[in-house]
Amino acid sequence: MNQTHADNAHAGGDQAVTLYGLLAEYQDAEALVAAARRCREAGYTAMDAFSPYPIEALDEALGIGRTRLPLFVAVAAVVGGLGGYFLQYYTAVIDYPWMIGGKPLHSWPMFLPITFECTILVAGLAAAVTMIALNKLPEPYHPLFNVPEFERASQDRLFLCIEASDPKFDAVKTSAFLTELGAREVTHVYP
Amino acid sequence: MEMPKRSRMQVLKHGHDFESVTHIVSAFPLTKRPPRGWFLAFGAAFSLMLVLMYSVGVLFLKGVGVWGINIPVAWGFAIINFVWWIGIGHAGTLISAILFLFRQDWRTSINRFAEAMTLFAVACAGLFPLLHLGRPQKFYYIMPYPDTLGLWPQWRSPLVWDVFAVSTYGTISLVFWYVGLIPDVATMRDRASNRLVKTIYGIMAMGWRGSARHWHRYQTAYLLLAGLATPLVVSVHTVVSFDFAVSNLPGWHTTIFPPYFVAGAVYSGFAMVITLVLPVRAIFGFKDFITEKHMNNMAKVMLATGLIVAYGYIMELFMAWYSANPYEQAVFFQTRWQGPYAWSYWSLIACNIIIPQLLWFRWVRLNPYVLWIVAIIINIGMWLERFVIVITSQHRDFLPSSWDSYWPTVYDYTLFLGTLGLFFSLLFLFIRVLPMISIFELRELVAHHTQEEAWHGANTGEVPPGTGAARGETET
Repeated sequence: MNQTHADNAHAGGDQAVTLYGLLAEYQDAEALVAAARRCREAGYTAMDAFSPYPIEALDEALGIGRTRLPLFVAVAAVVGGLGGYFLQYYTAVIDYPWMIGGKPLHSWPMFLPITFECTILVAGLAAAVTMIALNKLPEPYHPLFNVPEFERASQDRLFLCIEASDPKFDAVKTSAFLTELGAREVTHVYP
Repeated sequence: MEMPKRSRMQVLKHGHDFESVTHIVSAFPLTKRPPRGWFLAFGAAFSLMLVLMYSVGVLFLKGVGVWGINIPVAWGFAIINFVWWIGIGHAGTLISAILFLFRQDWRTSINRFAEAMTLFAVACAGLFPLLHLGRPQKFYYIMPYPDTLGLWPQWRSPLVWDVFAVSTYGTISLVFWYVGLIPDVATMRDRASNRLVKTIYGIMAMGWRGSARHWHRYQTAYLLLAGLATPLVVSVHTVVSFDFAVSNLPGWHTTIFPPYFVAGAVYSGFAMVITLVLPVRAIFGFKDFITEKHMNNMAKVMLATGLIVAYGYIMELFMAWYSANPYEQAVFFQTRWQGPYAWSYWSLIACNIIIPQLLWFRWVRLNPYVLWIVAIIINIGMWLERFVIVITSQHRDFLPSSWDSYWPTVYDYTLFLGTLGLFFSLLFLFIRVLPMISIFELRELVAHHTQEEAWHGANTGEVPPGTGAARGETET
């Protein structure tokens, strides 16, 4: 199976140079998490797992640190809230002061609903945009999409990929190691 | 002996694996030609939508005079329909955000559908304030922009708050829905065989590949969005209720309005979810995913929020009596209990308080036909509630010389029916092109179940996964 990929277009090329990485398929979530943990213990760093649903145990197994995303959202919430309040304060008190019904120009309790809505709006948009940006999406092309079996990563199969950029990477030894960890199949991925 | 055992009510029937849930949910959007029933349903909805287009055309040509509104009843069907539609939307956000925060796994198979319902309901709701403007082409006056007159919106007006609340709600609902869809459209991209279809799903999926690092950020973002949407949904109907409560009109000027509007919104929203989901589950064979547990839980939420609404009605009456305010008392004890609109008040009490008490019975909650009828009745009751609030409070003004009555014209009715057409057209299109159940969350449920089964061993006597019998109708 891996042979077929090696044959198309890359036949005869220097595999160690052109290889993007090795993609190993595992039977179930436990096997995938265990394999990821073993690879990390073995010193691999440039690797990632792919699953059709979130597997929380992978965070620890792959050593994924806490994301900065909540920080962006918190900043956005503050900016949104202050912005919403400032909009009302500036327009009602400074730019066009206009006495209505004897209410004070700076009637802050009446400004709170819009302040709240602006907070949520900006923070919510930031949560989505930051998630997409930190994930470096949209990414229409990725070497993994060259592997036909990878279509199943969004359906029912679980994969672990060790990239060739890893200092410990060796096409033969790494492949053997992944198989030893219970991989059903190890595929070569070309960029 | 044949009484179902309570503990066996499941969120997902046994016997499903990743492939089976993926296949069942993604099958309909990927079929080349939908069945004739879909065309009939969409055609009916689209015809009603054409009625909407015609009515809007007439309205724009002739003005709001084609409606039955007058002075003192300046708010007619447009505002009733606005509040009704926006309330329906609330169940979607409640299911997707609040139940997510509470880790209710039964939300999984209904949240996508309910969120779509929210979006389309907000789209229908948003039309009405615009149509209600005498000069709809000047709608942008309500937005804060530096105009040549130097004027700004009146920030002390609940109607301006409403613009911000509803537009924020629509935007965040769309974002939440889209973020939830990304992994599923990636699945659709990978399953589609038609090149064009694959490309469109591919663009929507933005190259999602299920990386563990991506999932980590994805889940954080989703949790934060849920946390943000939760206070938002409460604020939206609160602000809608401020449209009434901040005024000085007897019947509107009450502090009970915000909580009872929010409860009423959830009440009507769950009624609409049940109205839509029960036929869908029967037609598309989703009985394994949308189980009796879902019906039972949704019915219980309806019952609970219905009781809060009942409390609101009773407390309004009590406050009218206790305040000793003659105008307040006149609204409740004369113009609502008696007079030309008494039918609407008493039908509302029957639809929203009396009939829903059937939901105390377990067989009602589990019988799809009876539950569906009760849900429809609640939908009607919640529409009547807004009718009673809007019309009866206005038509008897402070001075009898200003009294008038409101009777809707044909264009009032066609606009309302027309938005039903818009809503169902969008809904049928959604069903046709997108997975209507969140597939990746179903896979999480499957993984969770498989794990549990492995721990509990085979002593439970359940049908082992993978056997066809598990998909039958034998359980519970």
